[in-house]
Amino acid sequence: MAIAPPEQRIWWREPIERVELTWIVIAFLWALFMFFFMIAWHFIGQQNLSPEAYRILPSAYEQKVEEFAKKYQVREEKGVPVVRPPAGSDVYMLGRLWQWWPILELEQGQSYRFHLSSIDWQHGFSLQPTNINLQVHPGYEHVITLTPTETGQFGIVCNEFCGIGHHTMTGKIYVTQKKAETAPRVAQKEERR
Amino acid sequence: MTAETAVGVARQFTSRTCQFTGLRVDVAAQNLIKANAVAAVVFLAIGGLMGLLVALTRWPAVHLLPAEWFYLVLTGHGANVLLFWIIFFEMAVLIFASTILLNARMVMPKLAWFAFILMVVGAVLGNVAVLQGESSVMFTSYPPMMAKPHFYLALILFAVGALIVVGQFFANLIVAKEEGAFQGSMPLVTFGALTAAIIAVWTILSGAAILIPTLMWSMGWLSDVDPLVYKVVWWGMGHASQQINVSAHVSLWYLVGALLLGAKPLSEKVSRTAFFLYILFLQLASAHHLLAEPGLSASWKIVNTSYMMYLAVLGSMIHGLTVPGSWEAAQRRNGYDKGMFEWLRKAPWGNPAFSGTFLSLVMFGFIGGISGVVLGTEQLNVLMHNTLYVPGHFHGTVVTGTTLAFMAATYLVLPLIFQREIIWPKLAKIQPYLFGIGAAGISLFMMGAGTLGVARRHWDITFSDAELNFAHSAGAFLMMGLNGVFAVIAALGGIIYVLVVVGTVLWGKKITSGHKLTFPLHAGGAAAASQYGSHATVKLPGTIVLIAIFFVSFVLYYFINWKYLSELWLFR
Amino acid sequence: MSTKETNVNVGGAGAKSEPIPFMQRLLDSPLLLLFLGVAIPTLLYTLWGVMEVVAIPLAK
Repeated sequence: MAIAPPEQRIWWREPIERVELTWIVIAFLWALFMFFFMIAWHFIGQQNLSPEAYRILPSAYEQKVEEFAKKYQVREEKGVPVVRPPAGSDVYMLGRLWQWWPILELEQGQSYRFHLSSIDWQHGFSLQPTNINLQVHPGYEHVITLTPTETGQFGIVCNEFCGIGHHTMTGKIYVTQKKAETAPRVAQKEERR
Repeated sequence: MTAETAVGVARQFTSRTCQFTGLRVDVAAQNLIKANAVAAVVFLAIGGLMGLLVALTRWPAVHLLPAEWFYLVLTGHGANVLLFWIIFFEMAVLIFASTILLNARMVMPKLAWFAFILMVVGAVLGNVAVLQGESSVMFTSYPPMMAKPHFYLALILFAVGALIVVGQFFANLIVAKEEGAFQGSMPLVTFGALTAAIIAVWTILSGAAILIPTLMWSMGWLSDVDPLVYKVVWWGMGHASQQINVSAHVSLWYLVGALLLGAKPLSEKVSRTAFFLYILFLQLASAHHLLAEPGLSASWKIVNTSYMMYLAVLGSMIHGLTVPGSWEAAQRRNGYDKGMFEWLRKAPWGNPAFSGTFLSLVMFGFIGGISGVVLGTEQLNVLMHNTLYVPGHFHGTVVTGTTLAFMAATYLVLPLIFQREIIWPKLAKIQPYLFGIGAAGISLFMMGAGTLGVARRHWDITFSDAELNFAHSAGAFLMMGLNGVFAVIAALGGIIYVLVVVGTVLWGKKITSGHKLTFPLHAGGAAAASQYGSHATVKLPGTIVLIAIFFVSFVLYYFINWKYLSELWLFR
Repeated sequence: MSTKETNVNVGGAGAKSEPIPFMQRLLDSPLLLLFLGVAIPTLLYTLWGVMEVVAIPLAK
């Protein structure tokens, strides 16, 4: 039976059922929509990950972050410096076994050039409860322009497995209300939309 | 079951004729299928048990294992179920589709046994490496975190074995055609298996390209492995290996439909084109794991993460219509033509091969498929990257989709290949439901927890040992508890599966000629599976309703996530 | 296109003369499909991806 010659020698020219054809057209249009919507979001959306990145030695990155922390430190919390950089400036954070360092204090509605890298293994930068999740590689410095939109205290969790102390790796970002006098400076930096 | 030595066009081989399907079964292929299937189930049992331990640890009220053991067991869970169970079973599928289904012989069975031994050695060595405790690097083993050399070596051995069998699949196919075992085009199920085999080749080559240098680095022969390059190449293996599963289990959906309902594809052309889209573009989705990385351009991300304009998703959406559509058409022909859903109500729900396949189809589409597209959208990924949403998604694809489909297929393999009647049919009947419900719960609650920010691969969501404390919401804890409960349900389903398989293989009644199967096949099933041919014109109102529900859910869920994204902090 | 062709049996006399359409021949060629399935992701995903990583500039 199964060794019998096939029913049709040529099946490529068979007509397609209307049900199938309709669904293929709908599914194809939806596929195109989803594809172009990703592109469109680069123009209409405000959440797009910057591809800006640099190769850097972990030790060089560590040094940059330490200088930054020293310059703008305002207080200390559990041995970790709390750093309050001026609005619009470069802000550095590093991931290492097992902490996010330092603690940042940012202003709501201000944009910062936010640098992120690791000095040992890969880590996962997970800002909570906001739920922004980025992969952090040693040797690569990722730069994104970040604008906090809400005030409060935010936790940073590590969500890339980084060894036995992984679950103790946390950090913190404070976001305070925008000060009135700095407002004009931001206006030109902010994209309006 | 008389063994006969048939004179083929070119070569002789020992075969028997199956009394249920009329197919000519090469005994060498049959033995290889048995061996691979048994190995698959053994590693499913080990990996599944590890999975249960993981879930019980992540259940905050239970928190079973200490941290060190948790990470160790999690590494083992990934390797055993994601690689060993699934790929052993896929080897059985490839051998079946290129020999028995074509009435053809296994080319060089000794080589296949050698490959099988390599794979077993690799899988065992992998488990040894993990259990020794110095290779708790997770399944992904991202550098600069380093495992012991034999951890990488184990994976390489396993992959080489698999590559040999994949090569034999191609050899079988070409020889079968040359020797005239089949004429014209190969059957659709074999074409689906071919898709799986092609993706497997790329998968294994990617794995070799990165694991060999990583092994050398672990031996101290290379000074370092770039973590970003590693991730790009490794995911060519890590994600594409899951695309082998998709192709394999879609083929099994068609096969089970054919054998149990007598279903033929609605149109050969459409179903094959859908597989062809997989061959061309499905592997690109490896980029899903690199959307939150530094330094990769938006163009690379968009082209790859969308499988080239979602053309591979189009392939899946086509199968999503044509598989249930072909079942509906067949059932209507079988006389269940009343109203919209008589074909579905009167389907063989008591046959675990059917119920498992049906659940696999529905849950793969709704849970695994939709979440996969959302997770793999360039910008939306930032909401869920490395949260529990990710394992939630892939338990929807690999567990409710692939594993359930493979379990369902086992209920055909046992009587037809092992020639043993299924022991404890009542337990077998409930098994797919139990496992399916459990696995669906695991997927959904992990996705829920991930949406609330809970990290994957994380021992302690209370952060009790962390210097800077952080607290997840109560909802997150609830999700993790529910995940634990459903993991227990899935584990019960898994245990029943293993018991039924082991019991049947060892003590099941031997099937002799004239035997009536507990879970019977459709009379025209074998012809539907092993020949090509399309259904005649039919109306499919039931399938249209199901597809409409699917499409509306998909669109709604997609836009809900964009709404979430638009409320995030701004970044560019 | 026409329904007549679809009913032609392989055993029929006229069947052999009808050329098999290109797409059907492509889908019946395992090795050609293998080539496509390996070449496309290698170019679009792996090579392009690795090139982008290699092109990441050094930090100032």
